Amino acid sequence: MKRALALALGLLVLVGVAVGYSTFAADRNEEATVERRPLDLTARGRLVFVDTNRAGGHRTVADTGLDTPAATRTDSGLRCERFAVGAGTGVCLQTRGGPLPGTDALIVDAETNVKRRIELAGTPSRARVSASGNMVSWTVFVTGESYNKTGFSTWTGILDTRTDYTLINIEAIPLTVDGKPYHSPDVNYWGVTFAADDNRFYATVGTKGHTYLVEGDYANWEAHTIRDGVECPSLSPDGTRIAFKKRSGKATWRLHVLDLATMRETPLAEHANVDDQAAWLDDNTVMYGRDRDVYAVPADGTGAPRLLVTKGASPTLLR
Amino acid sequence: MYIAATRRADQAGGRTAVGTSRGFTRNVPANVLALGTVSLVTDISAEMVTAVLPTYLVLTLGLSPLQYGLLDGGWFGVTAMVRLLGGQIADRTRRRKLVAGTGYGLSAVCKLGLPLVGSSVAGLGLVLAADRTGKGLRTAPRDALITLSTPTPHLGRAFGVHRAMDTVGAFLGPLAAFAVLWTTHDAYDAVFVVSFCVATFGVLLLMLYVRDHREPAPPRRAASLRAAFGLLRLAPFRRTCVAAALLGLLTVGDTFVYLVLQRGFDIPLRYFPLLPLGTAGAFLLLAVPIGRLADRVGRFRVFLGGHLALLAAYLVAAAPTGGHTSGTASRWAVLLLVLGLQGLFYAATDGVLMAAAGPLLPVHLRTSGLALLQTGQAGARLLSSVVFGAAWTLWGAGPALYAMGAGLAGCLLLARRLLPSAPLDPEVTG
Repeated sequence: MKRALALALGLLVLVGVAVGYSTFAADRNEEATVERRPLDLTARGRLVFVDTNRAGGHRTVADTGLDTPAATRTDSGLRCERFAVGAGTGVCLQTRGGPLPGTDALIVDAETNVKRRIELAGTPSRARVSASGNMVSWTVFVTGESYNKTGFSTWTGILDTRTDYTLINIEAIPLTVDGKPYHSPDVNYWGVTFAADDNRFYATVGTKGHTYLVEGDYANWEAHTIRDGVECPSLSPDGTRIAFKKRSGKATWRLHVLDLATMRETPLAEHANVDDQAAWLDDNTVMYGRDRDVYAVPADGTGAPRLLVTKGASPTLLR
Repeated sequence: MYIAATRRADQAGGRTAVGTSRGFTRNVPANVLALGTVSLVTDISAEMVTAVLPTYLVLTLGLSPLQYGLLDGGWFGVTAMVRLLGGQIADRTRRRKLVAGTGYGLSAVCKLGLPLVGSSVAGLGLVLAADRTGKGLRTAPRDALITLSTPTPHLGRAFGVHRAMDTVGAFLGPLAAFAVLWTTHDAYDAVFVVSFCVATFGVLLLMLYVRDHREPAPPRRAASLRAAFGLLRLAPFRRTCVAAALLGLLTVGDTFVYLVLQRGFDIPLRYFPLLPLGTAGAFLLLAVPIGRLADRVGRFRVFLGGHLALLAAYLVAAAPTGGHTSGTASRWAVLLLVLGLQGLFYAATDGVLMAAAGPLLPVHLRTSGLALLQTGQAGARLLSSVVFGAAWTLWGAGPALYAMGAGLAGCLLLARRLLPSAPLDPEVTG
């Protein structure tokens, strides 16, 4: 009897703590009312990004002018963790709640209407659209399950909007490492960037502790490594250089730019840890997410980083 | 499912009643039910965190997959040491409940540590390592308590009931996490706080309802690390350890099997997380009947039989025609078959091995012995994932599975000679 009483008392206290804290947390996370207007993804010169003002799961796509970044922001109401645009076609990685959580990749048109929804597993990581809007790619990462954990794997998909042909995971692509055909169960692809011809693409392949830059051919369906130690490539608008993150510590990265003609790499003037797939503001400037804000830095290693958008991530400049 | 039958009349029915539903809790000591409830509650708490951790780390804290990978690996040595040390302390002080409770308590506190360390990778790594240490600390003394609380003839069923209750918790955890996230508008810290409260309730249950086993002190200070390893001089136990480690070396990690299935069967990515649930579901349903079967026909026999189920799962998963059979219905049937076989494997090996090994060990060194056996098995499985990864690289997924299957078949023949197969295992008293 004494035992049952002690148990009931303990249960009462614990339920009190759990309910009390959850109520407090729910009030804190109550969604603030924001003005919502539809976005125009063809408005040249606007900067589109994911608004990180609010807590996870409630981040939405917004845009702002480049001249007055701090001033007006339009909130589309489209809930995304990652977002990218090319010529009026957008890709949005949206988390899916429920007892079996996952991620959906949404293909949206210029008015951010959802045209297609691809159901994926895991957590959003990267999103990219080719300049023409024809090719779309995304990366999610999936962790091992609980019996025998074996770490994580990334799943990178490519979608051709002209045919709607969708590859959920490109890791079966025939791969050549240093000129030799390569097979390994541990290959993981992430961070695709497309060339202007909508066929060539670059990405990172991770295997056996290496992170290679690969060049892929969509039509011939093959990929080969170009260089080691390159992650999350981003091709410049003129197609001559690749901005990427290079490992600088056990789990820190620094932004670099690789000149594809000379294969020379230049560290950028951003010294802080940046874990993002950079985007190009113009042919001379790279932009990226750092902490919860978007910064820009010259692509030639000179200058200093400058704040572009407060409380933002996944920036794309509409061209 | 197993509806608790209050009928006690079939006791006189003798062997004719064997195999019919006899009820979930019959012949299961109250202490085992208490330990099972503690495990159920603790697993709800643990799986709540497991379910939300990747999203929390990546989206809320902004960690990259690589950093997540760093958090995950490299602690095997530490947990193995703690496991052995914990077993030894539990034996020396004969306070198994206290050592297990320390492990449960440590894991509970770690749930609060998660939101407190913020996005510090070192801090998160430390908290997760401490959490795992707690798990390592509690497993052996808990299993030793189960063997000490149950008459030997019913050990298989007792472990089956315990493991089934544990798995129920694993099913409820993600649902609880989802409910908290839904009601709090995605407040992850609330999930951790609720998980802490649930885990603390588990510790409370342990304190109030689990009884320690206080046998008379052994003649001299017999429990030491050397004495623990000295257990390997006991031929039946040594053979059990060798057989378990050998078979562990050829046990392909579930994740690999799921990957093979996903590729072979072209399972839509969103359903990928359902595969482990299939295995766990089969484990849950089969744990008690298989445990009872082990009590009747011999635990080592069932343990070996479980590996036959695993072997069959490999063969079906690797069969080149498996994924390309025409018709969705037959594909689903094959998929369910593989998951069912895996669940059968766990039901026939996880608790059954403990039920088989427990009586082989003297009471005053039982925790140390079980810790040794579990550590050896875990180490072998770790090694096997490396070996299988290499085989996959060399030959591709299907041939690698066949190779592991061939090795498993060979080791099964070897293990059959090593392990005693008598239906009733002799009790060794210390």
